[in-house]
Amino acid sequence: MKKNRKKIKRKLIHTKSFRIIIGGLWRDNPIFCMVLGICSSLAITNRVENAITMGLGVTFVLIFTEVIISSLRNFIPERVRMITYMVVIATFVIVVDRFLKAFFPVISEALGPYVGLIITNCILMGRAEAYAIKNKLKDSLLDSIACGLGYTYILILMSVIREFFGFGTILGRKITSDTWTNWAAMTIAPGAFFLLAIYLWIFRTILKKTEQ
Amino acid sequence: MNGSNLIMIFLDTFLIRNIALVYILGMCPFIAISKNLKSASGMSMAIIFVVTLTAGLNWLIYWKILIPFKCEIFTFLIFIITIAATVQFIEMVIDKFFPPLYSTFGIFLPLITVNCIVLAVSLFMVLRNYNFIQTIVYAFGTASGWSLAIILMASIKEKLYLISDIPSGLKGPGITMIIAGILAFAFMGFAGMITIK
Repeated sequence: MKKNRKKIKRKLIHTKSFRIIIGGLWRDNPIFCMVLGICSSLAITNRVENAITMGLGVTFVLIFTEVIISSLRNFIPERVRMITYMVVIATFVIVVDRFLKAFFPVISEALGPYVGLIITNCILMGRAEAYAIKNKLKDSLLDSIACGLGYTYILILMSVIREFFGFGTILGRKITSDTWTNWAAMTIAPGAFFLLAIYLWIFRTILKKTEQ
Repeated sequence: MNGSNLIMIFLDTFLIRNIALVYILGMCPFIAISKNLKSASGMSMAIIFVVTLTAGLNWLIYWKILIPFKCEIFTFLIFIITIAATVQFIEMVIDKFFPPLYSTFGIFLPLITVNCIVLAVSLFMVLRNYNFIQTIVYAFGTASGWSLAIILMASIKEKLYLISDIPSGLKGPGITMIIAGILAFAFMGFAGMITIK
């Protein structure tokens, strides 16, 4: 029984889909490994709700971009492919922007121009160019979901720490005692830089150890 | 509209609310191209030129075409197309007529399309309701501020790699982030310089 399970596990690990998913979530994580999409991940992670919105927004745009680019990959001329990515990405970012303005006006206000800046998030362009233009529809779909979720959970990890230390709250709920002093540096740029540096350090050290 | 207002806008974007160290935008090239001073300054020149040009173009398009015809919903799409087309056009012109210039900053031009700050300047200029001249000054100040940050970063990193022993997990982006954090603290010191009404 145990042997059988091990065999299934080994088989699963060696399938292509599994490799794509684990790549997006861990080994080639967009933030830690490829260091893409840093701007938004630093600028908006001072509140958990902003981070969740941003993560899901990017995931949504990424899924549709990769699906469309991948299904049109044989028709897109080489010379205009960049413009094609841009148009596809911008279209879906408009959808996200309108959706947030209609249903979550408070979050939309807090994110401000950063919703529009999803267009220039390097993850979208990077994955379209590096993956979707060369691979089958099914693989691209899996890759986009894995990368999107990989991006989202890092944003949430960062925002939990920053909101806890910066405001003493998580998701707007106060969880610290009244004597707690907020770390103002955590809510602004320097805190974001230092926190990401620490995460990068931890992640890369673990990755190096597991590879050896 | 007076001269001091324009100087205020320039100082505000150049030092006080530096786009790289306060708004945290344009980070991808900030990490990738800050390895040596030469490429950092080449990138800076390209950015200053492109940002100022596209912000002016986008101002004209937004206020003279999109608003009168009530097509604000296409703002993002139009802005990014303008930027991509401008960059492509500049690249062709420089390649054709100024080959020496092309070798110094032409290679950075394709990267600029996906640089956040080009689009960010266009979006902020709409949010802040600047007029045309203010927009140009604002764009120029922002791009110069970003260049200042990347040139500082490149100079620090060049020295750092010569003399220091960085932990292996922190090499590359990690140490860049820490330097950027310290620089951001330093730039907070400018915040008390002037107040913008």
